Amino acid sequence: MNGALVTLLRRDIAMLVLGRRSGAVLPILFFLSVAMLFPFAIGPDPALLARTGGGVIWVAALLAAILPLDRLVEPDIELGFFDQWALRELSEEWTVAVRVLAHWLSFGPPLMLASLPAAALLGLDGQALRTVELGLLAGTPGLAALGVTVAALTAGLRGGTALAGLLVIPLAVPLLVFGAGSLAPGGESGIALTGAVSLVLLAVAPFAAGAAIRSARG
Amino acid sequence: MQACRLIAHDLACRRGDRLLFRGLSLSLSAGEALQVAGANGVGKSSLIRILAGLLGPYAGTVERSGMAGLVDDRHALDPQLPLGRALAFWQRIDRPAEHAASRLGLQDLLDVPVRYLSTGQKKRAALARLIGQGAPIWLLDEPLNGLDTDAARLAETLAAEHCAGGGICVVASHQPFALPALKRLDLAGFAA
Repeated sequence: MNGALVTLLRRDIAMLVLGRRSGAVLPILFFLSVAMLFPFAIGPDPALLARTGGGVIWVAALLAAILPLDRLVEPDIELGFFDQWALRELSEEWTVAVRVLAHWLSFGPPLMLASLPAAALLGLDGQALRTVELGLLAGTPGLAALGVTVAALTAGLRGGTALAGLLVIPLAVPLLVFGAGSLAPGGESGIALTGAVSLVLLAVAPFAAGAAIRSARG
Repeated sequence: MQACRLIAHDLACRRGDRLLFRGLSLSLSAGEALQVAGANGVGKSSLIRILAGLLGPYAGTVERSGMAGLVDDRHALDPQLPLGRALAFWQRIDRPAEHAASRLGLQDLLDVPVRYLSTGQKKRAALARLIGQGAPIWLLDEPLNGLDTDAARLAETLAAEHCAGGGICVVASHQPFALPALKRLDLAGFAA
């Protein structure tokens, strides 16, 4: 069982992080382009950029997390992988938990790295950058869990990808409110609340997504 | 191989608002083989998926002792990977005693990405994956689709060896499938 899960994780990482299923760097490039476009759109006023930059990074991170949703779950249902895992008594809960971890690895740490140039583009100071990085560390696991859950719920639906994006956005609002809120003066506790929301999402995701995959079988 | 059994009792299957079959019971023990026959759309694939435990029956129960191995039209092999590595993924999970790739004539295709393989070659690869799984209960949904005459004979031979070794084999196919002591179940007789 453990050996099988390690094998699954290696395949998921090869697929999602190393980009076997193409486009692993696209969300990061998308994230950086948003950070780059924003000063063009609102003008180069350093005070305004520094005040809004942290929020922009959070919105860009959320949107970047939506991009890979269509290749998270559906291809493996179509190819029959989930069926074969179920026959080997690897429950959907476990395979989904492994997938959440691989999905987080594919965009969480890269987003945190990409936040460094993004912070420079937006003129954030060191303190704000530290808060953004801690907030992303607390919030991106929740985004990963949410992404896999919604991808499983919408797998096989017509227009599932667009629907998945629309479903993730409202459900990610708590993460965004607490995560971006932690940048306000005296808002440090927002990081803890972001972490709390992430933990709830991580706890629910394997069961919700597992049930979705089972019920989509037919 | 441990003693395996496959018993279904009073199964009914509903797809959408249509009842495909009802009152279907079967009992198979080690070494037995069953062909599920019937016209397109009569519920052969659904029955296979119910027996595999992947689909809940509308009514009735399935008792299975022993792991089930399934070959259907979804081969669970990564299309962009070379065949050797796609099969290696399942070998790491199943830890087979022997690698069946050469038995199925795949040894020259191991470097070829799965997406370039023909239907029959993919089906042979899926059979290699099935053998590697070492499951006592084989559920084969249209196993002869896309196979050439030689490969079809080979598939029948493999299924016969599996049954001779104490395994169970359920074949859903509208084509004749030659197995010694093959029982036959015509789904049309259970149509609702």
